[in-house]
This record gives sequence, structure tokens and C-alpha cells, in this order.
Amino acid sequence: MRGFWVRLFFLGPAGVLVLLFFLLPVVLTLFLSLTDLSTVTFSQPRVVGLANYLELLRDPSFPLILKNTLKYVALTLAFNVFMGLFLALSTNLLPDRLGEAFRALWLLPRITASVVYVLIWQGIAATAPYGLLSQVTGVSVNWIQQYPWAAVILANGFVGASFGMLLFSAAIKAIPTELFWAAAVDGAGIKATVRYVVLPLLRWPILFVTTYQTLSLLTSFEYILLLTDGGPGFYTTEVWALYAYHLAFSNYYGNARFGLGAAMAAILVLVGLLVSLLYLRLFNFRHLLEVPRIEVE
Amino acid sequence: MMPRTRFWPLLAFGLFVLSLPLLAGYLWLLVSAFSFQVHGLKPMGGLTLEHWRFLLEPIGQRPPIGRVLLNSFVYALGVAFLVVLASSMAAYALSRLAFRGRGFYLGLVLVLHAFPAVSLLIGIFYVLQLLGLFDTLAGVILVQASLFLPLGIWLMKGFFDAIPWDLERAALVDGASRWIFFLRIALPLVRPGLFALGTFVFIAAWGEFILPYTLIVSSRAWTLALYLQSLLGAVDLADYGLVAAVGLFYLLPVLVLFLVGQRFLLTIYGGGVKG
Repeated sequence: MRGFWVRLFFLGPAGVLVLLFFLLPVVLTLFLSLTDLSTVTFSQPRVVGLANYLELLRDPSFPLILKNTLKYVALTLAFNVFMGLFLALSTNLLPDRLGEAFRALWLLPRITASVVYVLIWQGIAATAPYGLLSQVTGVSVNWIQQYPWAAVILANGFVGASFGMLLFSAAIKAIPTELFWAAAVDGAGIKATVRYVVLPLLRWPILFVTTYQTLSLLTSFEYILLLTDGGPGFYTTEVWALYAYHLAFSNYYGNARFGLGAAMAAILVLVGLLVSLLYLRLFNFRHLLEVPRIEVE
Repeated sequence: MMPRTRFWPLLAFGLFVLSLPLLAGYLWLLVSAFSFQVHGLKPMGGLTLEHWRFLLEPIGQRPPIGRVLLNSFVYALGVAFLVVLASSMAAYALSRLAFRGRGFYLGLVLVLHAFPAVSLLIGIFYVLQLLGLFDTLAGVILVQASLFLPLGIWLMKGFFDAIPWDLERAALVDGASRWIFFLRIALPLVRPGLFALGTFVFIAAWGEFILPYTLIVSSRAWTLALYLQSLLGAVDLADYGLVAAVGLFYLLPVLVLFLVGQRFLLTIYGGGVKG
């Protein structure tokens, strides 16, 4: 019995928080998605079964949202992975201090508060005579309004690339030096070394970054919300997670529809759960058990 | 260690060109905060401290900056403290205590770690309503702390795993309770981990936008993120000086932390944080 109380004591605080703000919200999201809860019906919501899900299917903007989501995830992911790979490879070919300085610079957007980060983009993209882009090109437009998709993908990509950069960089540093000697002895140049030694050894980290970021991009909308809020115009850059957010929290139509928003979120929650479980199988304790071990001097 | 190439200066130049947008962006923030007007990156009409007037007087109907700054510190420190405390306690149990269901809890933590918590916002909104904590700083702190727990538990478990069992056995034989061992011996031993986790969580909570934006309504509970956002929406877009000054002000504490703790932060960011 003593053992029980000891466990309860140690696991209690974290347990209560996880229960209240992870597990209960999952159940609530699934339940709310079956009701017609909205600002109008706030006092007496009814259970409507799968009506919300059917409404989503009939929603005329649904195909557009779906297309936007695919576009956003695919293009940002491609930017993140390729840029991360390039940054990791190139900074490791530079003298140590210089490489570290570049990696620190690319980490800066990740630690910058999202509102400040977006403010910087807006400043750079402003019309002439203020914005740098308008100054340099001589074309006075608001570049975010003019090219919303490029803005969304680049703004997200400049933050996201550092994730791959750091993981790949750590993996490159972990490659035994003997392998590089062997490659050099065999007459491999730098290109051949990267192609036949480094890239094959980065297979797992690349797979990890790709799957991990697919899931987090699918549900992320913070930078889009701040940059374009889904616009300009009619849902130009509105993605799935942002649409769910708008339905539930903004009075786009003068009536916040929690039930409908919950239905969209519920699909994301289910996808998220499935993919997370998949990670557990795919990477099993292999990767994730190693992660927490950080060396601190 | 990869071999160096003779062409590294060329490579460095290429990287520099790729990084130009970043360099230009942060430079723009710095220049704008101290100039009357900025055309591109060029200050027009000289330097000024006028944009920093928000430090002395409220801007429009907004709360004074001192209040907002205090809220931000309470928020980020509160979240960091909660995460460090709750996750090291749970991690200690998962690392050192043998009990049934331990494997299940470990799996649960792993799944939650990968699970994108933003999608739970609607559910979280309701939980806070039910608890009567909606529109309070305390409520958002609890939510934000919970979302970092899976990461924190994994991180700290790794550190506790490294503590020799003999040390614990010796302490218990000498009559120490688990709690005393945890507090007096284990926690000091994992101090580097506590420090790394605390700094990381502080930086992340300091910059958080969506949670306070959604779960806080009244301006007395505003954090700096909400303060700056309210300015972005209202100020004439030509007057970037004020927002740039507030933005730089908001960025400073994190920049200092980043420069001080960069070495271990680089590794923690590379570990298991979503991006």
C-alpha cells in the first residue's frame, strides 16, 4: 500500500494535468462533434449524430480547403526537409565556428515569438517606400497580399527548416570518421561522399523528420493565422486546422459553430492519434528513447 | 566529422546568400525601432527613441506595459516551473519505481509527445469553461504546462535513468524516503536537465500566441504577444516604428537566454520538439 501512495504522489500532478488537458479534451472534441452546439444553441445543444460530418462533406468550400491543406503541407514539408538537409550538410563542411554561427542564425526564427516573426515579414513585404522587397525590386505592392502562398510557405519554412537541420546535423556528426577516410582512400570526392556515404546513413532521420513534420504541419496554423488569416479574398490560404479554428472561435458568420468546428478538429485528432501510434511502432523506442539524452557541459 | 572541402569559402558565401532574408529581417527590426522612418533598411530622418514611448505611457486604451510585461513573466515562469516540477516527479516515478502499467504510461507519454495538441483547442476551451478558469492567466498557464509535459517527462526520464542504482539503494538503506532521495539527491544530480528544460519551456511559453489569444479575453490578463498583436491590427501600417520597438522589446529576454544557453538549447531543439 505504501508503494501505491508513493506512486500516486509522484505521478499525481502530471497525471491530473494530462487527464484534464489532453484526455478530457479528446473525449469532449469527439462528443461536441456530434452536437449542434453554437452561439445560438449554447444553452440547449442537441445531439445530432453525424450531421456535422455530412455537412462538411456538402460544404462547397470543402474541396478548396482540402486542396489548400495538401498544398501547404506538401510544399512546406519539401522546403523544410531539403533546406534542413542542405543546411546540415553545408554547415558541417565549414569550419566549426562558422557552421555553428549559421545554425544559430537559422534557429533564431524558432525562438522568436510568432507575432514578432510575422511582424518582421510584414515590414519587409510592405509597399514602397517602406518595404525592403518593394525597394529592391522597384515594384510597389504588399508582397504578402500579392503572393500569399509564397509568403505562407516561406515564413513557415524558415522556421521549420531548423528542425531537420539540427537532427541531420547531429546524425552527420555521429558518422564514424573511419567511413570518411575509407571513402577518401577509395578516391571519392565530396559529392560522392555525400551521395554514397552520408545520405544513405541519414535515411532514418529523414524518414523521422518527414513523418513528424507532416503531422505537425497538418495541424498547425499559427503563422497562417497571423500572416494572412486564410485570405486574401475567399479562403485563398485557408487550411483544415485554420478552418476548424475559424468555425469554432471566430464570428465569421456572426455565429461561432463549435459543433461543426469540433467535427473538423475531431478528424484531425483521429488522424493525429493514428499517426502517433504509427510512430510508436515505426520508430519504436529506437529513436525516441535516445532523444532525451542530451549532453550538457 | 565530415572532411573539409577546399571550396568552403564558396559554400559559406552560398549559405550567406540563402540566409540574407533572415539577416535583413532582424536588421530591419533593429533599425525600425530606433529610426523615424525606414525605407527598405535605410533610416530616414535620423535616429529617435520616440517609438519607445510605450514604456512610459499607455498606447490608446491598452493596459500599461508594466502590467503586460509582468503577465508575460508570470506566464512563462509559471509554465516553466510547473513543467519542470511535474515532469521531473513523473519522470522519477517512471524511471525508478517498478509497478504494473509502467509500460503503458511510457507508451502514453510517447504517443502524447507526437500528438499535435493544437487540434484539441476546442475541447480545451470547454474544459476551462467547466473549471471556471476561462479568461484567466492561471487557466492558460495550466493548459500550456500540460502541453509541454510529454516532452518534459521524456527528457527528465533520460536524466534519472543515468543515476546509479547503488546511490539510491544506499540512501534508502540509510533510512531516507523516496521523496527525500528525490529532493535531496536525485534533483541536484539532474540539475543540468532541469535547467535545459526550464529554459526551453520558458522561451516557448514566452512566445506563445494561439493559447492566450484564444483563452484570454480581457486586457488585464494580456501577455506581450496579445499586446503586440493588438497594435499590429490597429496602428497605421506606415508607422512601423512603434510595433518594431515593442517587437524588439518583446524579443530581448529570449535573445539573452538564447545567447547564454545556446549550447544545450541547440541539442534540446534538435531532440524532440515539433516544428
